[in-house]
Amino acid sequence: MTLADSLSPSPRRHRPKRRSQWKGVLYIAPAMALVIVFFILPVLFTFWMSLHKWPLIGASSFIGLRNYVRMFSDTRFYSALGFTAYYTVIITIAIFALAFPLAIFVERQRRMVGVYRTAIFMPVVVGLASASLLWVWFGNVDSGFLNPLLAWLGLVDPKSNFFASFDSAFVVICVMVVWKVAGFTMIILLTGLQAIPTELGEAARIDGANRWKRFIYVTLPLMRKTMALSLILSVTGSILAFDQFYIMTAGGPQNKMITVVYYIFNQSFVSFNLGYGAAMSLVLLAILVLISIFQLWLLRVGEDRP
Amino acid sequence: MTGKTQARARRALFSASGYHGTGILLAVFFLAPFAITILSSFRHGTEARLPPVPPWPTNGVSLDAYRSLDSFGAGVWQHTLNSAAVAIGTALLTVAVSLLAGYGFSRYRFKFKNALFVLIIATLMIPFQSILTPLFIILAKLGLNNSLIGLTLVYVTLQLPFSVFMMRNAFDAVPKEIEEAARIDGARDLGLLIRVLLPLVLPGIVTVAIFAFLNSWNEFLAALVLLSDNSKFTLPILISAVRAGRLGAIDWGAVQAGVTVMSVPCLFVFLLLQRYYMRGLMTGAVK
Repeated sequence: MTLADSLSPSPRRHRPKRRSQWKGVLYIAPAMALVIVFFILPVLFTFWMSLHKWPLIGASSFIGLRNYVRMFSDTRFYSALGFTAYYTVIITIAIFALAFPLAIFVERQRRMVGVYRTAIFMPVVVGLASASLLWVWFGNVDSGFLNPLLAWLGLVDPKSNFFASFDSAFVVICVMVVWKVAGFTMIILLTGLQAIPTELGEAARIDGANRWKRFIYVTLPLMRKTMALSLILSVTGSILAFDQFYIMTAGGPQNKMITVVYYIFNQSFVSFNLGYGAAMSLVLLAILVLISIFQLWLLRVGEDRP
Repeated sequence: MTGKTQARARRALFSASGYHGTGILLAVFFLAPFAITILSSFRHGTEARLPPVPPWPTNGVSLDAYRSLDSFGAGVWQHTLNSAAVAIGTALLTVAVSLLAGYGFSRYRFKFKNALFVLIIATLMIPFQSILTPLFIILAKLGLNNSLIGLTLVYVTLQLPFSVFMMRNAFDAVPKEIEEAARIDGARDLGLLIRVLLPLVLPGIVTVAIFAFLNSWNEFLAALVLLSDNSKFTLPILISAVRAGRLGAIDWGAVQAGVTVMSVPCLFVFLLLQRYYMRGLMTGAVK
């Protein structure tokens, strides 16, 4: 028994324990009620719905696992999974490629560094919907800003429509997301950089390690936990992407930009196959829970080793 | 000797100008889109369809873009009011619920306390996008479909894991002696919580309120699914309808005005309360 254990219960002995128990439950009751009604219940209900053919109007009928069987032969679901994976990989690499140099740039306390940090962070606080609307106007062929800018730089033809082809539309969306999210990843990485004791870098420098070597052998290994965290945040966020594709390309040229959430949205609320939507939601949920477990494992691995 | 010092001074100057040059370029990249949009939204109606070159109004400052935005849906005031009601309602309710829960989890002992706390935090693992379909049905059964109150309750629930965690930590940091002293002075229960403890956890409350406000002001997918009545739309849904166009034509001036109306409050709240925002970010991210 530790000192804290033996000390803490003694002042409570005088209080009537039963009443205080009941009161504690009362304090957390509103929060529990909300979580149960609007979260736990919907999760359980998803299982139930996924076993039914569930139209918007009219009675639902039990069809067992047929929604799941349908999913396995649904090529559009596979292509949504494929596109989501493709987007997640590309955007995560792009965000890190910008956010890491940014974090190093704003790490040291210098004059104006606070202003630069704030400026880089500003797009994070507006909504993804606002950012999407801003950039879809920016990229518009007739009224936008990107066309005149890039044409002036001599990079594109003045009348090229970015949203007409998959690749150029995808690039514009990625630029928008990086612009919107890089500041967030930068701040997370910055906290990791600042947690590294300066003595370590100093010692390595005295031992003759140059800047690049110090980064590879001192900074990066000590950043593992922070990097794992920001990686997971970026990956889970990207898997759930919806707003930018709905607003900017409405699913893209030839419906090539339908993400998993977008496909579930279409099945549930456009075609009103609510049961099928629930079944796919469960698969999405399983994927994300697996990633969360992987995250916890990754973070614990980071803890064992210094 | 002097040559060496001069060379070092020159190198320092180069490094400083390189640093600030990079910093200014970065600041321009991240801020220019806002500046261009806000300035463009004040251009004359006849310029709305033209590219923003130059982005500022050349034909006199005009509110045409805002007037044409007002002609969509139930008018921009109504939709701003919807958004504000949902965001402020979410912030207030989240503060109230998480204040009570944080206090309960920090100061009381009861059965399954840790399990219930973990249950609330664990909902973070489940993305709300995956429970939207049943949520839609449950809200309909409760008579809360297509209602701003229903949407607010959903937003409050989504904010709870972060907020309860934040408030429990805030209460944990308050020394027990303060409470004991107040008890001796006769303060009890809610009176004690509101009059004595609330000022002490105020920074935590501000953080919880900022995140609740910004997240619900900006949220898109749940609002899109749960609101079906045109006049109930929040701003993001309205402006995305504007972007979708009317009779095949898109009014880009109205989109610029809409983006301005949506972003300026966020930027303002952030700049005003940056310290609290950053603290919340650290707690939420690092845990």
